[in-house]
Amino acid sequence: MAFPASGRPLNSLNMNDLTANWKRKDLLSIEPLHREEIETIHQLARRFKELQASNPSSIPSLRGRTVLNLFIEPSTRTRIAFEIAAKRLGADVTLVEKAASSLVKGESLRDTAQVVEALQADVIVLRHSAAGSPQYLSQIVKVPVINAGDGAHEHPTQALLDTFTMREHLGDSLEGKKVTILGDILFSRVARSNIFALQKLGAQVTLSGPATLVPANFEKLGVTVELNLRKALADADAVMLLRIQHERQTSTHFPSLDEYKSMYGLNQARGAWLKPEAIIMHPGPVNRGVELDSSLADSGRSVILEQVANGIFTRMAVIYLCLSACGKTKDTSQ
Amino acid sequence: MSTILWIKNGRVIDPANDRDAVGDIFARNGVIVDSLSDQEKEKAQVIDASGLVVCPGLVDIHVHLREPGQTHKEDIASGTRAAAAGGFTTIVCMPNTSPPADNPGTIRRINDSITQNAVVKVYPTGCLTVQMKGEQLAPMGSLWREGIVAVTDDGLCVQNNELMRRAVEYARMFNLPVMDHCQDASMTRGSVMNEGYWSLRLGLKGWPAAAEDMIIARNVVLSRACEHHIHMQHVSSAYGVDIIRRAKKRGIRVTGEASPHHLFFTDERCRDYNTLFKMNPPLRSEEDREAIIEGVLDGSLEIIATDHAPHTADEKDCEFDLAPFGIIGMETALAACLEVLVHSGKCDLPFLLARMTHKPAEILNLPAGTLSAGVTADITIFDPDQEWEVDPSRFSGKSTNCPWNGMRLRGKVARTIVNGRTVWDGNQIIDT
Repeated sequence: MAFPASGRPLNSLNMNDLTANWKRKDLLSIEPLHREEIETIHQLARRFKELQASNPSSIPSLRGRTVLNLFIEPSTRTRIAFEIAAKRLGADVTLVEKAASSLVKGESLRDTAQVVEALQADVIVLRHSAAGSPQYLSQIVKVPVINAGDGAHEHPTQALLDTFTMREHLGDSLEGKKVTILGDILFSRVARSNIFALQKLGAQVTLSGPATLVPANFEKLGVTVELNLRKALADADAVMLLRIQHERQTSTHFPSLDEYKSMYGLNQARGAWLKPEAIIMHPGPVNRGVELDSSLADSGRSVILEQVANGIFTRMAVIYLCLSACGKTKDTSQ
Repeated sequence: MSTILWIKNGRVIDPANDRDAVGDIFARNGVIVDSLSDQEKEKAQVIDASGLVVCPGLVDIHVHLREPGQTHKEDIASGTRAAAAGGFTTIVCMPNTSPPADNPGTIRRINDSITQNAVVKVYPTGCLTVQMKGEQLAPMGSLWREGIVAVTDDGLCVQNNELMRRAVEYARMFNLPVMDHCQDASMTRGSVMNEGYWSLRLGLKGWPAAAEDMIIARNVVLSRACEHHIHMQHVSSAYGVDIIRRAKKRGIRVTGEASPHHLFFTDERCRDYNTLFKMNPPLRSEEDREAIIEGVLDGSLEIIATDHAPHTADEKDCEFDLAPFGIIGMETALAACLEVLVHSGKCDLPFLLARMTHKPAEILNLPAGTLSAGVTADITIFDPDQEWEVDPSRFSGKSTNCPWNGMRLRGKVARTIVNGRTVWDGNQIIDT
């Protein structure tokens, strides 16, 4: 399946056409993006995915460029996906983690960022527990900043890979598609980025979960809040489960994991409330048997591992576009 | 030899005396007098106030001067200069210093510094509890002997209701008003901005207005039970205003203050994670902002107070979650309030000035806020219509953490006079 842009078949689009549609140095959040920008990322990700399968050596090279993964908050899969994405593009990757940096000695984010910039990193990928920190960082450094998750704010590359995966399964246009996001919405940056991305792509978003984790104020973002799980699942073309984050919730947000499971866990019986063709998604890591039963996680309806794989191509696209916006990619026109 | 001051042809607004007319103000040896002899007029220092407003020196009962212990942010010398530049001649400083003002030695040290360094009048407050920990009563009687004018754990809020009850009862012996920063800590752990649409959208931990309303309600209950005055600091929530309104109708001795930033801004200002809009209590919704204005207009919140809270540029230059709460406000308070309340047509000048002069003085029983004959000549002269740009490089205090930075406001202080002597001439501080 191809994603046409401006009515042109994909294979007629060269790299320059795609990069010409992207002007941003940074990817800080989904919220300010235009639909066309999301589609540009998807098109380039699609191109990378195809090249990876057919002719990996023709993937444009970022050789000599350094991608710095600045991970103030721990992460495994996002960090690895960025690392692989950068390496597929031929870039060098350096990892700075909080525990291994001067941050534990009290160095500020400003100073750390200036140091890594002075060390000539070409792009900084930031994961941080403080919402808004990528925006703050982008005001300090000249090089591109890519948000790899900031507190409960946004996780833009996750939403890009999620919507990319949905387009592969639900059809190129998500216009009118119904997506239900279930679980811990309040603390979820994945939910926020997906709400913005899905709305920009024309999909309708329903949020569900316990009232303490799905405040009604979310409706002001233009989504539907439906606490009744059966109703929330009935029309969905895709259901996206969110990990119940024990480390973030205080004990006041819900009684227990068992209670959560009994009220909102997606199991075989509740899976039958979904349309047969509906897909099941999860940004990972899954709490098996809590928000999602293994029988569903490992079933044909689950696209969880495709999400992971697509995360590489969408992140390749984001790294490539942000560097090209500041003239740091070679001319790769065909 | 006596010094004579003659302020001519200003619009004299003295709300405490219901005076609002073009006229003159006279002072002899730093004390306001009704008239001068012809001989005195000849040798008087004459200040032409034509086209300007002449009013009692402004009074701010909620200021953080950071001395002792945090003088990299502000000190009594710099903070009182910021006050003078903002038209304030009497201010009350909060006790959350390092160490906290919970012991007579610290109060004495603060008073010594005031004597040596202050260019306006400063009255200290003392802590309600030892170390502001909310566990044990501070020695209020000893603090009272050193001259405090109120007790408060401002910045923190006593959570234990039994302890708060005893604190109010105890303070009553000395007729010391209890000022409270109303915040239920169990509901605001880790919170950095108002809970609402913007906190959800920005992914910042929200802080419900209910956490403030709960403690306002508690204080109403305790004020009634203990028959003592409790003053609610920087009220920011709509329902909180309503609780105070109803309590006052029942004759309960509670008072409330509104801060210029809560009158001026809403939580939408946090949208760029700009730490200059991070304060406690936080900027709230437009509905709350309108309710605070309404509370000022109907008298539920009888005074304006700034909660001037200096922090250095370095301290504010970080992730929103990590930045300290607080903004400075004395140098912009008059103009900000003029914009929101007077230039907008919501109230007239005497109404606003009452809330910035004699009413705050009355809440803490301070000898300030009027132009009555016989009081010290603490006078502010300002042009309510002069437009100016808030330029952080021109502040008189040490810190520049001001949310109005770069904005154009109308209302500029032309002169601040303390004890008959000019300490601010409209451009700079006049040191002795």
